[in-house]
Amino acid sequence: MTGKRYGMSIDIDRCTGCGACMVACAVENNVPPAPEGATDRKGITWMRVFPVDNGRDGPDRKSVFVPMLCQQCGQDAPCVSVCPQQAVQVDPATGIVGQMPERCLGCRYCMAACPYHARYFNWWDPAWPAGMEKTLNPNVAPRMRGVVEKCNFCHGRWHAAKERAVGRGAREIDPADYVPACVEACPTAAIRFGDLNDPRSPVAQAAQQSGSFRLLEKLGTEPKIYYHSAREWVREIGRAPAGKEQVHG
Amino acid sequence: MDRQLIARGVRRCSTPQFLLWILPWAALFAFGLYCAGLCLVKGLNQTNMDNRFAFGLWIFVDLTIIALGAGAFFTGFLLYILKLKDLDAVINSAVVIGFVCYSGAVAALLVDVGQPLRAWFTFWYPNVHSMLTEVTFCITCYLAVLLIEYLPIVLRNRKLREVPGFLVFEFELHKLIYVLAGVGTFLSFFHQGSLGGLFGVLRGHPFAFREGLAVWPSTFFLFILSAAAVGPSFILFTTWLISKLSGKRLVRPQVLQLLGRISGLLLGVYVLAKTVDTLIWINRTSPGAGFPAQEYFAWQPFGTWILFAEIVVFGLAPALILLTPRLRLRTNWLVSAAVLACLGVALNRFVMTLQTLALPTLSFDRYLSYWPSWQETGTFLAVVAFGVLVYSFSFRYLLLFPQEREFRQEPAAQVSETAVMDPVGRS
Repeated sequence: MTGKRYGMSIDIDRCTGCGACMVACAVENNVPPAPEGATDRKGITWMRVFPVDNGRDGPDRKSVFVPMLCQQCGQDAPCVSVCPQQAVQVDPATGIVGQMPERCLGCRYCMAACPYHARYFNWWDPAWPAGMEKTLNPNVAPRMRGVVEKCNFCHGRWHAAKERAVGRGAREIDPADYVPACVEACPTAAIRFGDLNDPRSPVAQAAQQSGSFRLLEKLGTEPKIYYHSAREWVREIGRAPAGKEQVHG
Repeated sequence: MDRQLIARGVRRCSTPQFLLWILPWAALFAFGLYCAGLCLVKGLNQTNMDNRFAFGLWIFVDLTIIALGAGAFFTGFLLYILKLKDLDAVINSAVVIGFVCYSGAVAALLVDVGQPLRAWFTFWYPNVHSMLTEVTFCITCYLAVLLIEYLPIVLRNRKLREVPGFLVFEFELHKLIYVLAGVGTFLSFFHQGSLGGLFGVLRGHPFAFREGLAVWPSTFFLFILSAAAVGPSFILFTTWLISKLSGKRLVRPQVLQLLGRISGLLLGVYVLAKTVDTLIWINRTSPGAGFPAQEYFAWQPFGTWILFAEIVVFGLAPALILLTPRLRLRTNWLVSAAVLACLGVALNRFVMTLQTLALPTLSFDRYLSYWPSWQETGTFLAVVAFGVLVYSFSFRYLLLFPQEREFRQEPAAQVSETAVMDPVGRS
């Protein structure tokens, strides 16, 4: 199998902040509803849309929505090297940074290591309202209390696409067969997904466009999520925060 | 029965008095166990930690008490390897303090992880690139070493010595003490260092990230140095405190002065190394990652005062006091400097753990604060109460300070503070 490098491009100028990606992600990946007493700091949101503005008032005030998810770091992902029991691994076939909840100790060192705050801890036992458990996705195992989880580019869908490819007798999966839930749900097609190693893929082309940027590039984590905006101040959000906030989350 | 367990040649308070001292600590310990039980049974939702503040009070406390407990390995190293025989007067106490600190830290860690029953996975699927793997291996092994070092002290109890088998076992164990001191020093150097490395390798957090030597960031070496520096200070402070609380003279003054001098020397080297490291971090490491260092200190309340406090108030000042022979001879100065040094290491661990997590890394992220829940605080208090209880029982029934027995036989003048002017006590 040739090595793929799955990535995403998110056009911030197209995002309306509708939150469909968040809902689709939670449903697809069996993320339980937040229990009573949960705060936004304890919730599980593999995909989270942040409202961000330019910090000005009146007519000068501009705002955008920034969908945040695991940035699927490339070389030396900060979370991979810190995990004491190899519960975080990069799949060389896909480049996807995966989390193994069954092996996770729940030490949360990976969460402390992640500069994007894209990792979530199961502070509670997962629970669904009576009857709602019938809606669970059978291809994704729910995670237990006390382990860390995060976006894995809908790995369950990747497995399903592989099975379909095998059924067809093909060695490679059809790109149209493997699309993460958030990409599928976005009504404005702001999120695109594909193989960054394939120069013909729309995501690889989007990554090369002017106006394309990644978050905290200077850290050298080589994220595989590319954002895009034609506006200069929006591209500034990729940089480190200033003590006096210039952009407001 | 109680009186028969107390070592010959020393005096201890009456049984009711001792029970009165123990009772509040036992109550606090029971409350803390209840809190820890809540966290284990109901989950870590009982804490105020969250997805951003993935570490909280417990990790800060763990890092601090492990640094303070470094007195055990470092005193053992100085006594058995470097042959500073004067430290024989405090080695038993140092071992008990080390044991208390490390066992307390490990217990708190087991509550802190989401799946404590999977703790053995680290030994089964170790990630050799993770500093936490190194910490887990070394702390587990060193706790075993401390247990073996603690055992002969227990077996030397007046009543237990009556069992010939125990006496032989204790004698044989004591033969191993040089090996144990060596192994303990090796393990301690590594885990103190890897605790520093835990944060120094976080390149996603340029506030904590440091360049270094080979695979070790500079914090690896700074943590070893700071722990070795404050370990003797903590032994000094606890010896003085126990002496005050019990109303007994426990060691000759020159032993405390020697501890102070060692602490001062190492603290001086640490302050120098920390200053150089900070300058490199401000001018090269942090800006290189896209984070101008001055921006960290714009987020109040963590202004530049915290850097000044860490390096000057709690670093340079106690180092200078401890390195001044005239001030070292005065107990108030000696103990105050030791306390300042201990507070300094606590502040450093606070900065590395909690300030690192409070600072935002994304431009649209917020600066966050965190305050521990009562369940977290209760669990922390259980660790403190556990330490006090173990130490109290050890002090009552074991001979932690051998010189205490000599003082009962010597006239007071011979052990007065002014009698010995040689700070290293070799006169």
